[in-house]
Amino acid sequence: MSKLVYLVPLFPLIGFLINGLGRKSLSKSAIGVIGSGAILASFVTSLVLFFEVKNHGAIPVQQLFTFIDVQTLKIAFAFQVDQLSSLFLLIITGIGFLIHLYSTAYMNNEEPQHYGRYFAYLNLFVFSMLLLVLGANYVIMFIGWEGVGLCSYLLIGYWFKNDSYNYAAKKAFVMNRIGDLGFLLAIFWIIVRLGTVEYGGVDGVFANAAAKLSSFDVTLITILLFVGAMGKSAQIPLYTWLPDAMAGPTPVSALIHAATMVTAGIYMIARSNVLYSMSHIAMNLVAIIGLVTALFAATIAIKQNDIKKVLAYSTVSQLGYMFLGLGVGAYTGSVFHVMTHAFFKALLFLGAGSVIHAMHHEQDIRNMGGLKKKLPITHITFLLGCLAIAGIPPFSGFFSKDEILAAAYAHSPIYWGVGVATAGLTAFYMFRLYATTFLGTFRGTHDQEHHLHESPAAMTVPLIILAALSVLGGFIGVPEILGGHHELHHFLAPVLTTEKHHEIEHGTEFMLMGVSVALAAIAIAVAILKYSKKPELQDATGFGKLLANKWYIDELYDMVVVKPLNAIAVFFKNIIEKSGIDGLVNGVGKFVNYSSRQLRLLQSGQVNAYVLMMVLSIVVMLLIWLQEGVIFRVFAKLFY
Amino acid sequence: MPIQYYIYLALALFSIGVIGVLVRKNAIIVFMCIELMLNAVNLLLVAFSKMHHGVAFAIDKASTVGIDGQLFVFFIMVVAAAEVSVGLAIIVMMYRNTHSVDVNFLNRLKN
Amino acid sequence: MNTTQILFWFLSGLALVSALMVLLSKNPIHSILWLILVFFSISGHYILLNAQFLAIVNLIVYAGAIMVLFLFVVMLMNLSKEKEDQKNVWMKLSGIIAGGCFLVSTCNVIFNAQVVSKELAGKTALLKEGSIGLIGPLGKALFNDYVVPFEISSVLFLSAMVGAVVIGKKD
Repeated sequence: MSKLVYLVPLFPLIGFLINGLGRKSLSKSAIGVIGSGAILASFVTSLVLFFEVKNHGAIPVQQLFTFIDVQTLKIAFAFQVDQLSSLFLLIITGIGFLIHLYSTAYMNNEEPQHYGRYFAYLNLFVFSMLLLVLGANYVIMFIGWEGVGLCSYLLIGYWFKNDSYNYAAKKAFVMNRIGDLGFLLAIFWIIVRLGTVEYGGVDGVFANAAAKLSSFDVTLITILLFVGAMGKSAQIPLYTWLPDAMAGPTPVSALIHAATMVTAGIYMIARSNVLYSMSHIAMNLVAIIGLVTALFAATIAIKQNDIKKVLAYSTVSQLGYMFLGLGVGAYTGSVFHVMTHAFFKALLFLGAGSVIHAMHHEQDIRNMGGLKKKLPITHITFLLGCLAIAGIPPFSGFFSKDEILAAAYAHSPIYWGVGVATAGLTAFYMFRLYATTFLGTFRGTHDQEHHLHESPAAMTVPLIILAALSVLGGFIGVPEILGGHHELHHFLAPVLTTEKHHEIEHGTEFMLMGVSVALAAIAIAVAILKYSKKPELQDATGFGKLLANKWYIDELYDMVVVKPLNAIAVFFKNIIEKSGIDGLVNGVGKFVNYSSRQLRLLQSGQVNAYVLMMVLSIVVMLLIWLQEGVIFRVFAKLFY
Repeated sequence: MPIQYYIYLALALFSIGVIGVLVRKNAIIVFMCIELMLNAVNLLLVAFSKMHHGVAFAIDKASTVGIDGQLFVFFIMVVAAAEVSVGLAIIVMMYRNTHSVDVNFLNRLKN
Repeated sequence: MNTTQILFWFLSGLALVSALMVLLSKNPIHSILWLILVFFSISGHYILLNAQFLAIVNLIVYAGAIMVLFLFVVMLMNLSKEKEDQKNVWMKLSGIIAGGCFLVSTCNVIFNAQVVSKELAGKTALLKEGSIGLIGPLGKALFNDYVVPFEISSVLFLSAMVGAVVIGKKD
């Protein structure tokens, strides 16, 4: 069984190769079958592996070959399937498969060639993410990490004829690169201090961290790792790429936001929990950044009018939650939230995709409304997703969010307060979205109304499956005070060894739950009442305008980072490049040109002149010889 | 006679030949200067030949040591004669084409 | 100073002066005549060195055949009038300087060997004695040790002759 590990990433890789190379000759249906089938095969393998891990514990590290072998540093290309990675495998391949299935219908209008390209990218994306999760050391994780960044670039810029999409793709790539630099430096620092990058084992990083690393080292490494996570998981200050990543096709957004990519940061920190537990500074930093991001993104989401943008900011906000959980030591809660979030966020995105599909690529919610009757399946599933993300019991979001909030309360009531406020905002903006889109009357053009239709089965079936998961997914982590056993907690305990066990009185915990649920319910009620009849169609003013423009963060970055950089670049281009380097290069050219012109005069064609040169050369040679070989000795030293 | 006298003499003759080649423009004179240089070398060869022969001669009167130098002179003369015949033919042809024997007319090497 | 030495100095001076006159005379015919004088003085040197064969060959081949050929050519072209333009003074000056430098530096080499490192001490050229310059030993050496180069030189002559005819042919 354990020999199957390498198959998990192999299937998407093969799918990528077939679709990528054969995109011009394969038919669309073949491409769809290969692309989805590869992920399905991978999912089945993952399922087998998951039960193997569940019943017999972690599978031993599978070494495929030695990747880097430099003196004392040996890095193996090795895969590791333990509780944490097997869970992630399921999320990635399971939801990945649903998204692939959905894409076969959603992207059906594309030309076969681009269709093949799309599925090739999608498979490569899943492959990279699997590599990231499966790697038994930081270097393999980094390979996957970079692969994910690359694929996000390719997919966000999938419609490469649109300049602004390309710009968004570049933005995502550059933002990710900034984070990657942090990750890379962390890996270097680990290699310098420990001489290994393996996670586990006797010689691994975690076993030796306490003995060999000073507190400064640990803090530095963890913060650098967190910088990497910031880039990949879209935390302040590197979050701005994620909303722009909406430029890609909607299933890609779902893939990026739900199953892959953004969860990489969470996975990395959860994986490194041993290191993080050694540094209070890094933990607090993670928690604060997560909290601020959660609140900040939630406020922005309130005033967005693009259906996908709302979801994008909600992702940023939810990721902030997860980092809050990591920061306060509730690793299980974070992983739990990753899972439930994967369910309902994939559901929401695919639902949004279904709406967009029905509306002929209309994304502005102000032009929607009243879609409830036209798109019944989409409507129901979307509503379930909204309830899940809002944290209404017994939907999945409630359990995971509550666990994080309880841990936050145990750490500091302020964290909890901000978290609950964010939860309220989340419920509010999600139902604003819901009410504006599905309730009320239709506000689009007549043409659009005429063509409104429910999406095909390939799109609705994933929606239904995801809706079921969103509703039921929370029950694997029911806390003990509600009579559950929290299976997930026990399952992950061998990996997340440094989980903090917070003790809160049952009464307090019930009260916390009650407050958050009540707040969410009030927010939902307000949102539905406010927006179902009279959605805001005008542009926002005052404070709302500030929110609608995303706190002007993009403009701020543009002013603080981009413009000075451009100015410096212009300076270097005009001054250093043109007069300095060009001057040097051209100077060499001019000098050679000039001197060769002068030398050419020697080639006068006059026999006398040639003979003169010859005689003079003989004289010079004689003089050299006469100098008792002084010059000769100099030459000899130069050449021997 | 001390050998250096011959060397200085040959060098002087050779240098005069070199200067002639450099200074004069008449192709025939240039050619003659080349002959002068060849003769300077011939003289030196004979002198060296006799120098080496002198050492062996003191021991064995019938020795032929140093005869190679004189044979070299002989061959140089052979080559010089052949060279002159061809060279003069070239000069004649050049004169026929340009009505001049100025070597500076022959600057086609430039292109 | 015995007769041999007197003869040596006389012949040397004659050779140098004649060689200079080759350069200095404006009429090519005079140059040729001066060059013949140089060859005569060099032949005299050969005789002093007891290399009679070379002396005679030098006279016959150089002074006799080659220089007559030169004379023929010059007279054929009627070059007796001086036509050389004297425009390029710098070229001349640089030629003289270069040749002078050559003379000085080579003489310096010999001077070093003679005075500084004394490599030439006691090295003298044998005069009047020794039989290697006579026709007998030379002929023996030529047709024993140097028979192949000798034959090759005959081929060289043939090719030179053919070449001269081809080049000189009026086309």
